[in-house]
Amino acid sequence: MTNENLNSPGYEIPAEMSNLVAITTLDRLYNWGRRSSVWPLMFGLACCAIEMIVAQTARYDLARFGMEVMRPTPRQSDLMIVSGTVTKKMIPAIVRLYNQMPEPKYVVAMGACASGGGPFKEGYNVVAGVDKFLPVDIYIPGCPPTPQALIAGLIKLQQKIDKESIRTVRWYRKGPDSVNIPIPILGPDLIDPRRNAELRQISSGIETDKV
Amino acid sequence: MAATPLQTQTVDLAARFPSAVSVDARNGYTGWLVEKDKLLEIARSIKEELGYDLLTSVTGVDYLPEEKMEVVYHAYKTTGGPGLIFKVQVPRQDPIEIPSVTPLWPGVDFQEREIWDLLGIKFTGHPDLRRILLWEGFAGHPLRKDWKEGFYEEDAKPFKSRWPEGNYVSSEEKNPYKDNLSFPKNFDPEKWIPEGEAALYGALARYTETDEQGIKSDRIVVNMGPQHPSTHGVFRAVVTVEGETILSLKPVVGYLHRNHEKIGERNTFLLNMPYTDRLDYFNSMSNNFGYALAVEKLMNIPVAERADYIRIIMAELSRVQNHLVLVGMLLNDLGAMYTPALYIFEERELILDIFEAVSGSRMMCNYFRFGGVARDIPEDVLQKIKDLVFKRLPAKTDEMDRFLSENEVLVSRLKGIPVIDGPSAVQYSITGPVLRAAGIPYDIRRADPYGIYDRFEFDVAMRTHGDLMDNYLIRLDEIRQSIRILEQAVSKIPSGPINSQKPQYQVRVPAGEAYGRIEAPKGELGYYVISNGKPNPWRYHVRAPSFINITGLEKMCVGKKIADFIAILGVLDIVLGELDR
Ligand code: SF4
Repeated sequence: MTNENLNSPGYEIPAEMSNLVAITTLDRLYNWGRRSSVWPLMFGLACCAIEMIVAQTARYDLARFGMEVMRPTPRQSDLMIVSGTVTKKMIPAIVRLYNQMPEPKYVVAMGACASGGGPFKEGYNVVAGVDKFLPVDIYIPGCPPTPQALIAGLIKLQQKIDKESIRTVRWYRKGPDSVNIPIPILGPDLIDPRRNAELRQISSGIETDKV
Repeated sequence: MAATPLQTQTVDLAARFPSAVSVDARNGYTGWLVEKDKLLEIARSIKEELGYDLLTSVTGVDYLPEEKMEVVYHAYKTTGGPGLIFKVQVPRQDPIEIPSVTPLWPGVDFQEREIWDLLGIKFTGHPDLRRILLWEGFAGHPLRKDWKEGFYEEDAKPFKSRWPEGNYVSSEEKNPYKDNLSFPKNFDPEKWIPEGEAALYGALARYTETDEQGIKSDRIVVNMGPQHPSTHGVFRAVVTVEGETILSLKPVVGYLHRNHEKIGERNTFLLNMPYTDRLDYFNSMSNNFGYALAVEKLMNIPVAERADYIRIIMAELSRVQNHLVLVGMLLNDLGAMYTPALYIFEERELILDIFEAVSGSRMMCNYFRFGGVARDIPEDVLQKIKDLVFKRLPAKTDEMDRFLSENEVLVSRLKGIPVIDGPSAVQYSITGPVLRAAGIPYDIRRADPYGIYDRFEFDVAMRTHGDLMDNYLIRLDEIRQSIRILEQAVSKIPSGPINSQKPQYQVRVPAGEAYGRIEAPKGELGYYVISNGKPNPWRYHVRAPSFINITGLEKMCVGKKIADFIAILGVLDIVLGELDR
């Protein structure tokens, strides 16, 4: 069965029952539940986190979208808003937090830093974008993005959730674990275990030894 | 260049110690050069005989062309007045060693660790010399001038690959790893054994204890952070506890170390202004202020009269907003979840609206320029500020005071729980409201006035108990004093130009050094800038109050409960952007 068929059941509801019975698809029900209660992880990294907090307050009121329940523990949250500069020292902790979140889980890169390094990209301790490690669903531009921009990004996330199907999402697939991410190691510089072979090969080819 | 009045020397150290001290005679420099071997002796005399009890800033400079390393100390008196700058120079040859001054001023503990971490200067006699911002095992000391990062392109901006043609170059393309990485030759990631945190846990006191019968018992070590709702960002504290009582505590920082200083030394002078916004991201206006002061001192230029007033208005609005947020967040930490915070964020939004109206951005204002400010305040915005200052803010502050200050729960959580006493606070180089709540009325706006603060009438808020309650109340006092300053400033603001200089992208900064410091809402914010006449600063150091105020954190917390630690952290008012830089 294709997704189209799955999503349009094709049953007529008799007129006398139309107020009592609703027929929908599993996907739609599932997505409707998900999109209306995305609980973000209470997790602030830098300046952008302040705008994230402000988005929760009375003037912008994120609660209108079912996202006001910030959970300090990853075990209860569905959404990681990476709100700020991702540093090499912090990325092992971020990846660990991501691995601890139960599926379904989404990542929003809030601001220039989380999206690509931002003003601090050239810094020696800065990871140029959290997408080097985590699968990012939505990028929100800005430095910092205004609360309105954050809300717009989260609405985009809701639209993305609407299009999901349990048959295709990452976390219900067979095969090697597609959700957990190996934790980076703090070496002379940041080591991504997925790139070990590549790192070894390149480092044998470089001319100069670094001080 | 003649020394600017604020840095005029008041004591003749060379006359006191003719063999060990000489005048720093380099062009544009002030202060004294001290022999390394006599450092401790001279420092003791500076502290005990000359009365410079507050050593606010210690930092290192790498003079690569001269093959020298230098450590610069800025000492002040808590009674006020100009400071005393002394320096130690050593040859730039590993191992570089300088005696630690921690026995005299324990407050330099973290600053010396930072210098070791970033510049590789060892401090002999330091009790716990570990890396602080980076991790053990990191290759090299990044602030050395011959250390290059993964995305290194050129020593100074603007990079030739992009300017003046306006080309776009992605730094990834130039790096062999296609990423912000650099590894030593023949590095094998699989053979790397991370050093981990053995040194950190080793530094914690009293990990295992043996009682009289020879029974060993372990103390529990709790890691709080870097992801923890009450640590205000990515701050981490490792705590040894017995039950709920704290036996030992080590702050672990650097999770937001974004290389402000290294980037700052590649930037042109003006390019650094927006970066300062991102230090203490609640108070970008104050951060701009300090940096502008330092560079203006170097350039020896005046500030336009109207701009002087605008600066004060913005800095004080920023302080009001900062203290409001502190109160809201403190209440959050104490368990009054969200309600007070929601109230204060309402007021904060009104102040941010003003920042947005004058600068175009709510948080990252990038508003100050050397010699003035970037844009004028429009008439209607000035009217808005007046409404806030004369009507809304005083009423709201009183309302908050009425609702919160006598609340039974608040009082029982805060009253009588000491944070730190006055003399220890000075020893630990603590500045700002925490110092004043401990009974030391040291406020740079009065002690060593900058800008036009000497024209305004206000009192330095002071409380005497130094407990959590006083730390909370002093914030309210300071909001009231700030409103007083604001009332005078908005009434007296003259018309006229807003910058004494022509607007320009590239400023000419003569060679020399300058230390610009202001009373930021969190304490003394200082910028130590060295120019060698080129378009980029040779050294750019930020003396961040959050960073130095937590040096005494262990002392404040030992013997108290975990819950008190949360409250202490709340009143210390740290911001990680500034703490880790
Ligand atoms: S994008 Fe800008 S505001 Fe956000 S964390 Fe980065 S520097 Fe701060």
